[in-house]
Amino acid sequence: MSKPRVAVLASRIRTDEKHILAALDRRRICYSHVDSRTLWSFSHGTAATPVTLNRELAHHRAVYAARSLEALGVTVVNSATATEICGDKWRTSLALRAADLPVPATALALTPDAAREALAAVGYPAVIKPLVGSWGRLVTLVPDAQVAETVLEYIAALPGPQAHIVYVQELVAARGRDIRAVVVGGEVLGATYRTSTGWRTNVARGATSQPCPVTPELVKLATAAAAAVAADIAGVDLIEDEQGRLAVLEVNAGVEFSGFQQAMGDRVNVADRIVDHVLSKVEAL
Amino acid sequence: MLSCPECASPVTLAATPRLSEILECGDCQAELEILAVEPVTVGLAPEVEEDWGE
Repeated sequence: MSKPRVAVLASRIRTDEKHILAALDRRRICYSHVDSRTLWSFSHGTAATPVTLNRELAHHRAVYAARSLEALGVTVVNSATATEICGDKWRTSLALRAADLPVPATALALTPDAAREALAAVGYPAVIKPLVGSWGRLVTLVPDAQVAETVLEYIAALPGPQAHIVYVQELVAARGRDIRAVVVGGEVLGATYRTSTGWRTNVARGATSQPCPVTPELVKLATAAAAAVAADIAGVDLIEDEQGRLAVLEVNAGVEFSGFQQAMGDRVNVADRIVDHVLSKVEAL
Repeated sequence: MLSCPECASPVTLAATPRLSEILECGDCQAELEILAVEPVTVGLAPEVEEDWGE
């Protein structure tokens, strides 16, 4: 049996990972699945496989695994740098601003006390988001200064120093939907509207996906956002204001694509395109 | 026949079960994880952690 050239790093084999592994199986690619919960590494040595697709959903494990594998000479997709930037909302905001991309008004307060002024400067209604985390978890709509007082009291009571660093963003009036564009290897595979009855539009919270027209503006913005955070594979979340102008909300390095795939049908196969991209990395070695 | 570790109901597997695959118990909706494939064993999947996501 030939030696695996590709490893898939994942601690949970969800629908998305099943599709990726099935795409590898269809092409008869020799690969290994590495459960990140079993992974340990010296700071030197050689790696078993030259290319790893990082599908680890725990941010800290994903970053440390990518850093460790890269130190051993492995090409990791997405890179450790991309995973670090995308996993931290403020680092993402800084990268998007550095690339001069449109983003909602955003501020970082280093203490809950400082967040009062930051919220006032951003303006109400605003949103407070945890720096690390996903699926809309703990993202809090703050309609006014009175609610802000209470939310900030709760934040101050949270354990852990990082929880006291407060990421504040304006709430963009968004027609009850946002846009998810999937970018692989610098190409936009498509885009979907994510619509929710609530104000959070995460598919993980039950939002539904419908195809969204892929305009030249959307392509330009989504590819530039993925490039700004150094992500080869990215789920770029965009928001339209009332005038239809687009801004980048965030970029996800470990893109979940079940809702997107369901909405896009057979127009594109995301798992196949991810595998194509990973195999291009193998061929480039 | 495998049974759910939470409610003891029978668990249906895909044709080719994969290690670390996530399943849902059809009866109690508990999230299950395939812990081994030869032979297949299942356990309760880990609880969602703070830094999980995309």
